[in-house]
Amino acid sequence: MTNGWNDIKNADVVLVMGGNAAEAHTCGFKWVTEAKANNGAKLIVVDPRFTRTAAVSDLYMPLRPGSDIAFLGGVINYLLSNDKIFHDYVKAYTNAAYVVRADFGFQDGLFTGYDAEKRDYDRSSWEYEFDSEGNVRVDPSLRHPRCVFNLLKAHYARYTPEMVERTCGTPQHLFQQACELIASTASSSRSLTALYALGWTQHSKGSQNIRNIAIIQLLLGNVGVPGGGINALRGHSNVQGITDFGLFSNSVPGYMAMPKTSEPTLEDYLKTRAFKEMLPDQMSYWQNYGKFYVSFLKAMYGRNATPENQFGYDWMPKVDVNLDTLRQFEMMFQGKMNGFICQGFNPLLSVPNRKKLINGLSKLKFLVVMDPLHTETAHFFENHGDINDADPSEIATEVFLLPTNCFAEEEGTFTNSSRVIQWHWKAAEPPGQARTDIQIMADLFLRLKDLYAKEGGAFPDPIMNLSWDYRNPARPSPDELLREINGKALVDLTDPNDPTKPPVKKAGELLDLFGQLRDDGSTASANWIYSGCYSERGNLTMRRDPSDPSGMGIHPNWGYAWPANRRILYNRASADPQGRPWSNRKKVIEWNGSQWVGIDVPDFGATIDPTTRATGPFIMNPEGTARLFTRGMMREGPFPEHYEPFESPVANPFGPVQSNPVARVFNGDMEVFGTSEDYPYVATTYRLVEHFHYWTKHARMNAILQPELFVEISEQLAREKGIAAGDWVEVSSNRARIQAKAVVTKRIRPLICDGKPVHVVGIPIHWGFIGATKKGFGANQLTPYVGDANTETPEYKAFLVNIKRINPMV
Amino acid sequence: MVTTQSLTIRNRSASTETPPSIRKDLEVAKLLDVSKCIGCKACQSACMAWNDLRPEVSVNTGVYDNPNDLGPAAWTVMRFSEHEENDRLEWLIRKDGCMHCTDPGCLKACPSPGAIVQYANGIVDFVADKCIGCGYCVKGCPFDVPRISKVDNRAYKCSLCSDRVAVGQSPACAKSCPTGAIVFGSKESMIEHAKGRIEDLKSRGYQNAGLYDPEGVGGTHVMYVLQHADRPELYADLPKDPKISPLVSLWKGALKPLSMVGMGMAVLAGIFHFVSRGPNEVTEEDEENARNLPRRDA
Repeated sequence: MTNGWNDIKNADVVLVMGGNAAEAHTCGFKWVTEAKANNGAKLIVVDPRFTRTAAVSDLYMPLRPGSDIAFLGGVINYLLSNDKIFHDYVKAYTNAAYVVRADFGFQDGLFTGYDAEKRDYDRSSWEYEFDSEGNVRVDPSLRHPRCVFNLLKAHYARYTPEMVERTCGTPQHLFQQACELIASTASSSRSLTALYALGWTQHSKGSQNIRNIAIIQLLLGNVGVPGGGINALRGHSNVQGITDFGLFSNSVPGYMAMPKTSEPTLEDYLKTRAFKEMLPDQMSYWQNYGKFYVSFLKAMYGRNATPENQFGYDWMPKVDVNLDTLRQFEMMFQGKMNGFICQGFNPLLSVPNRKKLINGLSKLKFLVVMDPLHTETAHFFENHGDINDADPSEIATEVFLLPTNCFAEEEGTFTNSSRVIQWHWKAAEPPGQARTDIQIMADLFLRLKDLYAKEGGAFPDPIMNLSWDYRNPARPSPDELLREINGKALVDLTDPNDPTKPPVKKAGELLDLFGQLRDDGSTASANWIYSGCYSERGNLTMRRDPSDPSGMGIHPNWGYAWPANRRILYNRASADPQGRPWSNRKKVIEWNGSQWVGIDVPDFGATIDPTTRATGPFIMNPEGTARLFTRGMMREGPFPEHYEPFESPVANPFGPVQSNPVARVFNGDMEVFGTSEDYPYVATTYRLVEHFHYWTKHARMNAILQPELFVEISEQLAREKGIAAGDWVEVSSNRARIQAKAVVTKRIRPLICDGKPVHVVGIPIHWGFIGATKKGFGANQLTPYVGDANTETPEYKAFLVNIKRINPMV
Repeated sequence: MVTTQSLTIRNRSASTETPPSIRKDLEVAKLLDVSKCIGCKACQSACMAWNDLRPEVSVNTGVYDNPNDLGPAAWTVMRFSEHEENDRLEWLIRKDGCMHCTDPGCLKACPSPGAIVQYANGIVDFVADKCIGCGYCVKGCPFDVPRISKVDNRAYKCSLCSDRVAVGQSPACAKSCPTGAIVFGSKESMIEHAKGRIEDLKSRGYQNAGLYDPEGVGGTHVMYVLQHADRPELYADLPKDPKISPLVSLWKGALKPLSMVGMGMAVLAGIFHFVSRGPNEVTEEDEENARNLPRRDA
């Protein structure tokens, strides 16, 4: 979240799209009801299904799964063609006025530079024009035909209300009402918060859904202000934390990149990442990349990391191919992966196309599952009829189940969606032989190190040189780890401006903030963005002071929000270029003549005088502004374009390119995509409030509240197929068939898309073959094996199925 | 069921006098704001947890309601109703359970002295060890709430967490509600709170928004804020004008002396049966059947 949970109460309009906050984020949703009850806020819900979030909305409208870009593009077109934008904000704080290269273009569904063979773009034309001094060409009048603003306008001119209705099936009069409500926040005194989750990410173009809302929020001036922002609601208590610590195989903690083979030296690696500013006066905070990365290497390799050996850069893996989950299972399937350590993860129920997963897992030599529960993955070889059609006699994979404790059986931290890091205390001893994940990993590491020491190996250096300075090497404590994450001075740190002064930090002292990190090896920090959470002031993640002096939901002394305990990111943008708040209602910080002050930690240089220096608020970008046009950041192009899901019932109404032209599809997976002739209905998958993923089916109370797998269909489809509520049905895709009870509801309606009715089948995900609920099939038996082109998040939200009534399952 | 005697009793079933009290108790109420309810069932979960109830893991019957009905171990359930009006769909989600009537039909109908009590704060509570399982409370309830257990043949329903309220805590359901759809306090303050909510709903186009506190039962200590207060039946058949069945009124009113005679006759019949046929014998088969009865939580 750019903002935080509590801040939702400051919103005037709440847009829930690509998510179902009431069901998947029930506790946080209280802030939406707060905004409605005490701030007069209006709630808009856009979803293929009338969800429990929609039940308390002011305005609900359906859309076809996978058509979000058409909808959001339509909103952009409405805002631009009706001049409903926050002009001063757009001009000053976005790249609207920047001139784009003359060779950039968009035609027939593709941007310039497409290579059909590689299914990839040469992105060099997706760039600004620069003057001879290396500064971006800017046209503040916004008249230049190739300035971002005019390119944006032209790109979305095709996204008319008619096209929105034709593509999404959303009735025009409802779409119009949504646009008007959204546009009502295009002012200094009103704000809209956008809440989304996996309903936007689990698409073959999921990242571009998020780009779309970013553009809308920037046009409305809703980024950096209370009750605004782009707010990803995370689906686990600590999924923000895992993302911060390098969730993807191509990243390391703190959103830094894993090096590639084309970057043999540390210098090569840093050269392309420490972005220089593109306009005068800008901060371009990533210029400090080297300080963060070298401090990370010092945390990894300690004394063994020296300037002479590039701080151990050679020991870091060089990753050219992203080993995302889909690729991992593809490699297993191909027999190219022998062992798999599966920690706190139940892929047999969560990765698409279960048939392929069982096949892949069966080819492993060994599978290690670390989990507090008996997961289906740990029992993948069992035969449970059609629910899990494995043949144990044919499977030789050796499975190790290492019981771990539950979260309440150890201390440590959670980082929630608001980026607030909160310490938690141990409430009970773990049962039986369960050990903490840390103990298991430490044990594994020490044994590996021992083996390398005794027997040598091809490349022992990364293991042998790893720093492991814990009081008890077999049991590193969460307290020690959080200190290591925060970082410390390795030598006395002198003030660079005046070395004669007493040191800023003495050797061994914990750092106050990432601003103290250095690139000469004198500091160590395992994750720079968390630096400050555990300083000499103590472990700030333990703070539990609920006070909120401003009443704006900031709560500065509750836990610690990264970065720098800041609760609203980009809050410099809540004030105008001169440093005056855009409005008193949405005030966060202001320039008082000598420094920035306010209710939150300024996201800016505390003493940068806005009246003399035109530094932009988006300090992580070398431009200092936010991007309506993303340059080469996104694989599909600098503006989101609507493409159909890989399985779709209609031809793309927007152009000849049917589906995401750069999404990766493995051999064999394309062949099992279904067509609408055989599978005429659009399916979508989701969570229900009564369950949490595949965990709570083990709990009797949750099983009582939602005992059995069902699928949801409209009354119309039920009539067509002779299905009554409570009947058994079979839902099939080109990959598998599942059986479930039918819920027949008015809450799902057939949509008219491109002139023909499209029926939606809703499939919840929570059932398996172990636990307290009734046994049930998994939605992932049906889903297609393709992911988002930027993140490889699988397309669980839109695919094709058929449905029929069957006799009761035995 | 009652677990504490720290609340002052105002009425007891099948008892003629109102026990005197030296205390002045505040009437309490729980307000259920249907317009804020997201149907998350946290209240059902909290109710099961606090009261140690575990109904059986049932099946899906084609709707979201689970357990599918109130039961001896399911004292509250969410009832989901889909309502379409002017081309606009509404999903009305009502938390069903005991309304804690000021004039409780269950208490009036109950023939067992002290099996049902009404505290001075308005809570109506079942005292299980005095319950004879006759089911009159079921007939007496205008909201169809009490359920008789097949295990111990006693009546059960929501106690409004009288044990929590007695020590100054809110009911478990109110405590757990994430959106503030369930609030608890004095009846007066709840009516006041409801006014603000009704005003907000009217400003959002619900012209008939209002409070459900039906007069036919003397008002209730569980009240609803409804978007369509003119049509409570939209909310899974919430009665528009609930009244205690005339049969119960008769039983407790004009016919009471007659019914006392009837009860006396029954006792005499019992004595006659004992004298003429001897005592009831429990056979081994009866014992076996009793052992095979499902547990209360099964």
